[in-house]
Amino acid sequence: MPRWLKTALAALFWLALWSAAALYVSQELILPSPISVLGTLLELCGRPEFWKAALLSLLRIFGGFAAGTLLGTLLAVLTARFELMDALFSPLIRIVRATPVASFIILALLWMGHALVPAFMAMLMVTPIVWESLRAAIEAVDPELLEMAFIYRFGSLKRIKLVYIPSVLSPYAASLATAVGLAWKSGIAAEVLSLPRLAIGTNLYYSKIYLETPSLFAWTIVVILLSFILEELFAHLLGKGRKKRW
Amino acid sequence: MVRIRDVTLSFGDKLVLDRFSIELPGEGVICLSGPSGCGKTTLFRLIAGLIRPQSGEISVGFNKISYMFQEDRLLPWLSALKNVEAVLPPGEKDRAGLILSELGLGGELHALPSELSGGMKRRVALARALAFGGDLLLLDEPFTGLEQELMEKLAAYIQKQRRTIYVITHSEKEIELWGGGTIRLKGPPLRLGE
Repeated sequence: MPRWLKTALAALFWLALWSAAALYVSQELILPSPISVLGTLLELCGRPEFWKAALLSLLRIFGGFAAGTLLGTLLAVLTARFELMDALFSPLIRIVRATPVASFIILALLWMGHALVPAFMAMLMVTPIVWESLRAAIEAVDPELLEMAFIYRFGSLKRIKLVYIPSVLSPYAASLATAVGLAWKSGIAAEVLSLPRLAIGTNLYYSKIYLETPSLFAWTIVVILLSFILEELFAHLLGKGRKKRW
Repeated sequence: MVRIRDVTLSFGDKLVLDRFSIELPGEGVICLSGPSGCGKTTLFRLIAGLIRPQSGEISVGFNKISYMFQEDRLLPWLSALKNVEAVLPPGEKDRAGLILSELGLGGELHALPSELSGGMKRRVALARALAFGGDLLLLDEPFTGLEQELMEKLAAYIQKQRRTIYVITHSEKEIELWGGGTIRLKGPPLRLGE
């Protein structure tokens, strides 16, 4: 059986189950039917605000993701290279990792403008993942290759380009693929609490407040679809990068 | 010339060199032969500056040392050609293809190390060591996995470079092939044999 057919059959199965459950419950407020959710979703797609909200959410969260990637990369290099930096930043990053997302969102609401909170949260989620993975990868670079680079007098730039970057690329790419999903989910959660003017999270929040369950489902589907698209796009881009010959 | 005087080195509890002294000549080919694990590679690593002794003196009268390791140590993400080019200055990259072709790898220039046989990888590592130049060439078991005929060709080719060459080998045939002086070693701790 071709793969697409298996996927289609699995989707049909779950849609049928959802329809049956909605029929059994018979209350739109608790569980709307797939048809009703699809109708709401199509209606949303017709409104310019829908596209603006989706685009701005993407931009905010992607901005946070990019900042987190940069910060995580910088910290990984510094902590792998300098013991003092490691002593300074490692405990801080571990604390950030262990702190509940909600605590940070509430604190961020006190510290900065509402529109910045989702980007900040995305950054905060991404930084430790990138840092931890890249740092471990830098420390795992083959010492035999580093000795070879020493013997053949590779300068710093050549050593970074020919030994370090290709060695760390695969785990670094894997960490980015994980981080993009987390950034997206935490960014949307931050939007729900910070309520920027045009945002997916804000719409999710108002759907809940006004008990518009089909709308809540429709926006959730948008979040899931965009998450799939982002992760696939990233996996594709990073896969291309990893296949590159140096 | 390389002068090693009263050098002591241990790795944890294992004493590899115990007040070891030796003088290696400044020209020609010298084969260092001895049982596995006696400390020959450690001696090379000391000469190349990869490790420092705990005590004693090492004086190396060469400016630039090229070292073909016991392992191939090729960059797995670079082709054979790029691996050799990596050790050459920008204006001399053309030499990489030439040396590889002379070592019989003209058809494998763009192959990754994972696409090469063990013997081919040894030759790429050798090409890299030769391309790097230098006045001392350290070869640690350079012909492992190669056939006799190829070994003869390679030994002749390397000797044409007219550099000082120190070779670690276990094989009596290889010692004959090089035709230079031989220093027999035993250990650990490393010491001169008969």
